[in-house]
Amino acid sequence: MAAVLPVPSATRVLLSGNEAVARAVWESGVRVAAAYPGTPSTEMLEVIATYPDIYTEWSVNEKVSLEVAIGAAFAGSRSFCCMKHVGMNVASDALMTLTLTGVAGGLVIAIADDVGLSSSQNEQDSRYWGRFAHIPLFEPADSQEAYEMTKAAFDFSEKFQVPVILRMTTRINHVKGLVTVGERQAYPSSGFKKDPARWVMTPAGASKRIPMMFERDITLRAEAEISPWNLIDNGKDKRVGFVTSGPAYMHVRESFPDAPVLKLGFSCPVPLEKIRAFAATVELLVVAEEVEPLVELELKAAGINCLGKEILPRQGELAPNVLKPAIAKLLGEPVPEGITPAAKVFPRPPTMCVACPHLGVYYTLAQIKNLTISGDIGCYTLGAGHPWNALDTTISMGASMGIALGLDKGRGESDKDKRILAVIGDSTFLHMGMQGLLDIVYNGGNVTVLLLDNRAVGMTGGQSNPGTGRDIHGDEAPRVNFAQLVESLGVKKERIHVVDPYILPALFKTIRDEIKIPEVSVIITDQPCVLIDDYKKQKPYEVIDDKCTGCGNCVDVGCPAIHVTRREKVIKPSGKEVELQFVRIETSVCTGCTLCVQPCAPDAIVHADLTKPMRLVRH
Amino acid sequence: MTDNITNILVVGIGGQGVMTATEILAEAAIALGHDVKKTEVAGMAQRGGVVSSHLRFGPKVLSPQIMAGTADLLVGFESAETLRWCHYLKPGSLVLMNTARLVPPVVDIGLYDYPDDPLAEIRARGFEVHAFDAMEIAMDLGDVRLGNTVMLGAMADHLPFPSEVLLESILKRFRARKPQMVELNRRAFEAGRSADAAAAHEKKSVLA
Repeated sequence: MAAVLPVPSATRVLLSGNEAVARAVWESGVRVAAAYPGTPSTEMLEVIATYPDIYTEWSVNEKVSLEVAIGAAFAGSRSFCCMKHVGMNVASDALMTLTLTGVAGGLVIAIADDVGLSSSQNEQDSRYWGRFAHIPLFEPADSQEAYEMTKAAFDFSEKFQVPVILRMTTRINHVKGLVTVGERQAYPSSGFKKDPARWVMTPAGASKRIPMMFERDITLRAEAEISPWNLIDNGKDKRVGFVTSGPAYMHVRESFPDAPVLKLGFSCPVPLEKIRAFAATVELLVVAEEVEPLVELELKAAGINCLGKEILPRQGELAPNVLKPAIAKLLGEPVPEGITPAAKVFPRPPTMCVACPHLGVYYTLAQIKNLTISGDIGCYTLGAGHPWNALDTTISMGASMGIALGLDKGRGESDKDKRILAVIGDSTFLHMGMQGLLDIVYNGGNVTVLLLDNRAVGMTGGQSNPGTGRDIHGDEAPRVNFAQLVESLGVKKERIHVVDPYILPALFKTIRDEIKIPEVSVIITDQPCVLIDDYKKQKPYEVIDDKCTGCGNCVDVGCPAIHVTRREKVIKPSGKEVELQFVRIETSVCTGCTLCVQPCAPDAIVHADLTKPMRLVRH
Repeated sequence: MTDNITNILVVGIGGQGVMTATEILAEAAIALGHDVKKTEVAGMAQRGGVVSSHLRFGPKVLSPQIMAGTADLLVGFESAETLRWCHYLKPGSLVLMNTARLVPPVVDIGLYDYPDDPLAEIRARGFEVHAFDAMEIAMDLGDVRLGNTVMLGAMADHLPFPSEVLLESILKRFRARKPQMVELNRRAFEAGRSADAAAAHEKKSVLA
């Protein structure tokens, strides 16, 4: 993240889509901005927080962040809220009624779709929210547009008293391009105006607002028909014309420089008549939209002939390597020759960090048999991978709780001896896990909960939350006491344990004891994420080669600083063949957590002799 | 270059400074008045995953992504990662390769093998490779984190603009944030440039 402090006006700067939106939010005179971190949206709020004269907060979840923004917009201030695609699933309860009240101050909601799933549990299309909630939706195609559309969206929101969605995708959020920026325009609050018929959505009140929403749909569609954001590039090759939006627009232009293109920037409601007129100028109309066939189906329903998902994939990005062969095939032209195939190289999945406190937890869980483990969203989802293979389910933020209870209540005869565990991080627990735990307690579930408190939202880069004791600016803030919190939810005091995940025997004993007790327990691990300032490095370790017996216990910890230097197959006296793994420790990155030292039977792992020059050892 | 657009692909693993190096390259291109777009696929890069950073610059850049078979230059910060991405190069193009091997846990636990000789495999595909151990060079200068400046130095003589512009983009960052590191980075840049020249020479002698 680059902190973009006030730059003189009319300056071109290299900004990611996220940084461009942040700049535009600040320039638009926004007074309140709220979010919960989530890739690829996180940097928007992180950067906004570096600007002066704007209140920013990490909210506990996306729904609360939207509600904070709604309150500020009701108060007559411009407000902003951003989230990743799945965040809107959480926030949508507020959105679906907000559309009836509308807003006083401008409200823009940026939703970042992770098209291509770089860091998400699913791939969904947030353009649906525009249709579902009857609100306008803008789709930028690069950083400059993200900046300009954000500013335009605030004006639009105020003019029509409606919240506006800015739909982005990873290929907009994280791409850097040149942006010409301006200066902040102050936008004082117009003040909260009491108006219960508008702000209090009772059945009587809401039923009067619904027809107004339908009226607004007509106005918005008329606006889309004339919007300068819906523009036509006249191309001379009329065989195929494209209707496209977002990053797909750039890919279409790159792939087919001579094709006519109608670019949808203000894409909901769809400007049907503009498209109908455009369609008449080309032989074939192709809708190049990423993920769902949303515009395509609306065009077909309106009797506009077009092709879409018959020839283009419904998953992932529509990059030139996808578009070019599809269109060549459509035109009956030779499909561009395949490029040289990629070399076969091992996968390199993301790993836990060296000395991550979660390593001790998963090492321990992998030793215990007869468990079903309900996982959750965060770095610790990586526990599903090698070498631990410890998680059995992961669905959505906070879901580990309810799913664990369901695994307990719905267990079949074959699972009657299985112990049910749930693993959840501090921030995810506060986001949406607390209610699930309350449900387990209230309904008498037999679940052992491992609450991994590493005092950070680790996966998105170590942001603060109510469990970290710091606010978005790093200043001191009230810190949740997790032991007291879960006790208040009804977990018995004797069933709550705070343990150090670096002390393996105590961690093992606590988990083993608690899973035997047929009621809800909470085991809180209490060591900071290694990426935040709270983490203190210790003296590094190394392996004495002569002492290493190749047992591989340390390899099972899964720390990326441990490397196997040699494998050897041996036949044990029992006749069983085993593979020995002799190891070394990358001392230059080891931070001395001791997780590999503890299971080392021959005491072959010792503090490194730092007087020797440190060299990187190669295989 | 296609349509006057230069495509540079910088690859490695999370934590090596791949994205920072590309950002510095981008700044140098901007300083020369180019339009620039930079994108990466690095979802969980901080966790030791694969990072590929695409830089495109020229009069007007549309798509930010470099397509396979169109890169003008591949800069690999790690041995196997360079091999992984070499099909992105235009036939016969140049590869600058750090020969350092960073072995991931999936290889350590025996699920996969690390390729025996990535350098030979890349050369067998007909690419010119300038190979050197940038980590070793950085360690000799006293700090493994200088690796990305070493790699930038290696690029210095293969860009469509003077090396001083690139060096200035690097030093500007350190002047602002860590002035004590300016001199060391200048040396790392020169060391990378020399390593590249030596590797180019070695390549020629092999051929001769």
